[in-house]
Amino acid sequence: MISQFFVLSQRGDNIVFRDYRRDVQKGSAEIFFRKVKFWKEDGKEEAPPVFNLDGVNYFHVKVVGLLFVATTRTNLAPSLALELLQRIARAIKDYLGVLSEESMRKNFVLVYELLDEVIDFGYVQTTSTEVLKSYVFNEPIVVDAARLPTLGPAALFMQGNKRMPGTAVTKSVVANDPGGRKREEIFVDIIEKISVTFSSSVSYSSISSACLCSFADTLDCYLLEAWSILKRLGVMLSNDDEQGYVLTSEIDGTIQMKSYLTGNPEIRLALNDDLHIGRGSVPSFGYSGSSGTGAVILDDCNFHESVHMDNFDIDRTLSLVPPDGEFPVMNYRITQEFKPPFTVNTLIEEAGSLKAEVILKIRAEFPSSITANTILIEMPLPTYTTRVNFDLDRGIVGQNADFKESQKKLEWNIKKIVGGSEHTLRAKLNFSQELHGNITKEAGPVSLTFTIPMYNPSRLQVKYLQIAKKGKTTNPYRWVRYVTQANSYVARI
Amino acid sequence: MAPPAQSHRSPSPSQPSGKGEVSDLKTQLRQLAGSRAPGTDDTKRELFKKVISYMTIGIDVSSVFSEMVMCSATSDIVLKKMCYLYVGNYAKHNPDLALLTINFLQRDCKDEDPMIRGLALRSSCSLGVANLVEYLVGPLGNGLKDGNSYVRMVAAVGVLKLYHLSASTCLDADFPPLLKQLMLKDKDAQVVANCLTSLQEIWSLEASTSEEAAREREMLLSKPVVYYFLNRMKEFSEWAQCIVLELVSKYVPVDSEEIFDIMNLLEDRLLHANGAVVLATIKVFLHMTLSMTDVHQQVYERIKAPLLTLVSSGSPEQSYAVLSHLHLLVMRAPYIFSSDYKHFYCQYNEPFYVKKLKLDMLTAVANESNTYEIVTELCEYVANVDIPMARESIRAVGKIALQQYDVNAIVDRLLQFLEMEKEHVTAETLVLVKDLLRKYPQWSHDCIAVVGNISSKNVQEPKAKAALIWMLGEYAQDMQDSPYILEGLVENWDEENSAEVRLHLLTAVMKCFLRRAPETQKALGDALAAGVADFNQDVHDRALLYYRLLKYDVSVAERIVNPPKQAVSVFADTQSSEMKDRIFDEFNSLSVVYQKPSYMFTDKEHRGPFAFSEELGTLSIGTEPSDGAVAAQRVEANDKDLLLGTSEKEESHGYGNNGSAYSAPSYDASTTAGASQGHFDLVSIDQPSTLHPPSGFAIDDLLGLGMPAAPSSAPPALLLNAKAAIDPSAFQQKWRQLPVSLSQETSIDPQGVAGMTNPQALPQHMQGHSINCIASGGQAPNFKFFFFAQKAEGSFAYLVECVINSSSCKVQLKIKTDDQATSQAFSELFQSALSKFGSA
Repeated sequence: MISQFFVLSQRGDNIVFRDYRRDVQKGSAEIFFRKVKFWKEDGKEEAPPVFNLDGVNYFHVKVVGLLFVATTRTNLAPSLALELLQRIARAIKDYLGVLSEESMRKNFVLVYELLDEVIDFGYVQTTSTEVLKSYVFNEPIVVDAARLPTLGPAALFMQGNKRMPGTAVTKSVVANDPGGRKREEIFVDIIEKISVTFSSSVSYSSISSACLCSFADTLDCYLLEAWSILKRLGVMLSNDDEQGYVLTSEIDGTIQMKSYLTGNPEIRLALNDDLHIGRGSVPSFGYSGSSGTGAVILDDCNFHESVHMDNFDIDRTLSLVPPDGEFPVMNYRITQEFKPPFTVNTLIEEAGSLKAEVILKIRAEFPSSITANTILIEMPLPTYTTRVNFDLDRGIVGQNADFKESQKKLEWNIKKIVGGSEHTLRAKLNFSQELHGNITKEAGPVSLTFTIPMYNPSRLQVKYLQIAKKGKTTNPYRWVRYVTQANSYVARI
Repeated sequence: MAPPAQSHRSPSPSQPSGKGEVSDLKTQLRQLAGSRAPGTDDTKRELFKKVISYMTIGIDVSSVFSEMVMCSATSDIVLKKMCYLYVGNYAKHNPDLALLTINFLQRDCKDEDPMIRGLALRSSCSLGVANLVEYLVGPLGNGLKDGNSYVRMVAAVGVLKLYHLSASTCLDADFPPLLKQLMLKDKDAQVVANCLTSLQEIWSLEASTSEEAAREREMLLSKPVVYYFLNRMKEFSEWAQCIVLELVSKYVPVDSEEIFDIMNLLEDRLLHANGAVVLATIKVFLHMTLSMTDVHQQVYERIKAPLLTLVSSGSPEQSYAVLSHLHLLVMRAPYIFSSDYKHFYCQYNEPFYVKKLKLDMLTAVANESNTYEIVTELCEYVANVDIPMARESIRAVGKIALQQYDVNAIVDRLLQFLEMEKEHVTAETLVLVKDLLRKYPQWSHDCIAVVGNISSKNVQEPKAKAALIWMLGEYAQDMQDSPYILEGLVENWDEENSAEVRLHLLTAVMKCFLRRAPETQKALGDALAAGVADFNQDVHDRALLYYRLLKYDVSVAERIVNPPKQAVSVFADTQSSEMKDRIFDEFNSLSVVYQKPSYMFTDKEHRGPFAFSEELGTLSIGTEPSDGAVAAQRVEANDKDLLLGTSEKEESHGYGNNGSAYSAPSYDASTTAGASQGHFDLVSIDQPSTLHPPSGFAIDDLLGLGMPAAPSSAPPALLLNAKAAIDPSAFQQKWRQLPVSLSQETSIDPQGVAGMTNPQALPQHMQGHSINCIASGGQAPNFKFFFFAQKAEGSFAYLVECVINSSSCKVQLKIKTDDQATSQAFSELFQSALSKFGSA
């Protein structure tokens, strides 16, 4: 059972604090915050989401910079506590439209009201917005979503300058529009987070070090020569856009739904006809076959409890009566091979004893009708790097490169990348000491973060979205949106 | 009424100007109290909000209590709720003021609106004021019978709140039986779930003092009740499902058919998007199949995909919780996950605590077919800029090497690390190379060629430096420069801060001298001189020892300092298999995340409804040990004792041997003394090593071994005193004093075992035969009981330790008595009583 629940701001202030069992001391919020903030002296390691301090177990999740915390003295199931915290955050967001410190502070009485119904004497009662609706009476005070930083969830769906009706996502489930009339609409978002690791783009480095270590003097000269040839060859190869192969790749997808429909009509979602669940005897992460057939093969998936799969085997449709609020209809996982949206080419070359040159090339491998947003490319540089001069492509606006000296890291920001285009960054590095050994072991790997709206590499589709009519003439708005985000997108060098 | 003007004075609720604010609020509230003007409620709302916002940030606003109560005479539900919240917060510390509220709460409990009835009832029960409990009984009774499910839901939890305030009031009002009725028939699933949680808590707390409560607690785990819950599974909310699944995981099915029925019924829960439900289901599956090796393995296969999906869906925090459980499973059965190793590759943006778990798993699943790829991946992490991660990765590579797969290639990789010339990499690698050489001396040539090239100046970390010095000494004959490097190190003796390094240096110089005397003589002289003068006692002593040894006889010195060594075959595991089993028993709890059994981090009273007395050794009922450390040790000793033989079959090392002995078939009650004695040997030989002296068992057992099995000749029928009594501390003392008169192995009726789900069932049964239980404990499948009986005439007493394995139906008896002559007779009596258990 849960003893206390509280929400802390980034600075450690209590936004709400609810004690359910009175068996944990009052000052627990402060104790918790101090512990999390100074987990390790160097501040580099993050506190784990669960820890025990003097017999009290603290669970926490971070949501939009806020800390949602629960405490208990019992040996509770950690997944239950952490899932609960996440759900509480979601229920609050459903109510307030926007989850932020400001909206919570403005609506803290409403939040208390919610908390009273979510947990009673430490036991979870319900987290469903649908159920809570009948118990909660405060009206949310809506915070103006426009003032939010664009990194919020609404920004995910920006496509070029056209803005999807993203503001609706920040609409409270319970509050009415100013006109008093509720807009009938439903959002279905297919969100895919992709993880890709590319091997190093050229293979000479491994050969070279193997050679170096295991042979004695006599052979050395000859081998070193061979090595340098290989190396030159490697350089040529990489100039020829030789790409590292994909070591591992995974898609973690969610079909998320948010319904603003009145009367809870039944909904049918039809997915790809050639969708398969389970890779059968194919070993996970095997890359043989399957890619040519075009079928979408999910390794595994799970469903929201409202989903009925009666017809799934026949026509790949899911039927459900969506509860109010935002919820995942289905989570899925794919390790089937897919075409990575970006290829990265990295070349790092010595240029004199205290200098080196880095050439980063990034190519968008998706159709030109699609644009990726807020691309960030990062690359750790050798620790003895002192200065970096950048040479950016001319004529492209909205990009900048920077050397973060404290972290010895190169950062390259690009606002937008249109499908099919290629961008190059040249950087000249200056070192404070002479190079020893292999420079490729001192730098990298290159990692990317990005968002690509209206694109999903798995090709999973919502073919149609059917809303059972209830004698009304108005046709609700339906929004089906796709977005791809980088989870861990890494190219080794 | 005008909008609240005071809002201008305090623009931000987080920065109130102080007490003045509170008294302002007080006056304004007072003005509003009687007002019926339109719009009053809105103004009140604003003021109430202010009060609550002060309360949240920790300002004491209890002084406005009476004004708040006065103002809440309203039909506005929002206002009411705020008032309830306020009252709930302050009533406990202002019981007199709380009395003010009870009137309007009582009235609200009879309101027409079920919402208000429910809210008022919840608030009344949450006041936490002990002298108001009399006001709760009536409303709670009505609440449980209310026509509205919301009110019943609140009332079910309310009973539990009342119980914590005043257990006697709650029990006297007969609320638990009411809850039980409601639990078994209410239409609303949440009401049912709340009844279950309340009853679990109440009966668990009562069980230690009341037999009836213990019986009721057992009832929750009976077949009809468990099936009732299973059949209604889909009606429950996801959270209530978790509670029910936890209950089901404690249920012991009669046969495998039942197990399969339950698993089939629950299979679709594995597809649930809520990780808590999935893990609770997995716990049921794992625990039910524990004794069915094949099925158990299939369960692992079946749960793999859902677990991996959970790891990659949810937030990082949720995936950490799931990953911890996956980690546990991988550690138990690595071979099942060996083809999934790529899922355990680390992603660059993962927090360190996740990477650490993944590295552990990668190490565990490495086998002949995937080692190459895993090590290649680990090598990438070694080059990582993240230093802790690089270190952990090197350790992982080393661990894999020590597991003996493809050592050849790995040694090459390790040696490559040394060439990276990064200080932390070199340091970590040196330590590993040292361990590797201790296990695989045959690699010394390759390693030494590389290690010899490392300049000791580049190695600063004491552990690494010590490792390097050890190698310089151990392989002095193969390393050309060894004496000269050591000499250099000896010259810098004073600058070496670490005593560990200086100790190693002494020994290394010594070893080097024994092999290459002419080159090392000077260095040895310097080292011994410096060592004898060292301020560190250990260093000083060792130097002196070497000096005297050399003076006495060089060949003796050689035998002592540099004897021929055997390769280390297995490095000691950090965690005992008993500990691991214990953690596995507590699947889907914090124990898995902390990698510790729950008794190591929770207080006794918080160990959950079904974790009963752990501290058998101390029989803690009357005697609380004063020394916490000793207590912990005892508990641990007991764990080991209780868990003998719970290791899974696939883990055939360690105590697995005992496990097979336990479950060996064909022992029955009439086993000859010789046979059982032979078996007893096995156990008792272990006990001295697992039990620590404080428990005092070890010595008894040794004594017991020496005793003959005492086959006494046809003793007269034994009659026991039906009213025998002994207090636990006296029992404990007696148990320590007496030797084991008789120790026997027998079996128990499987039906009886089914009844064991409630620990109180057997004691009650035995009591019917005039044999009293003093203490009991353990977890499925091993239970331990201490019984006491007394002869009808005379004061002779019988003390019994009875260990029951519920999966193999085996029972171990140890009987101690003052009256040796009748011990056999008593044993027969005891066994006949035991054999009736379950069949009655």
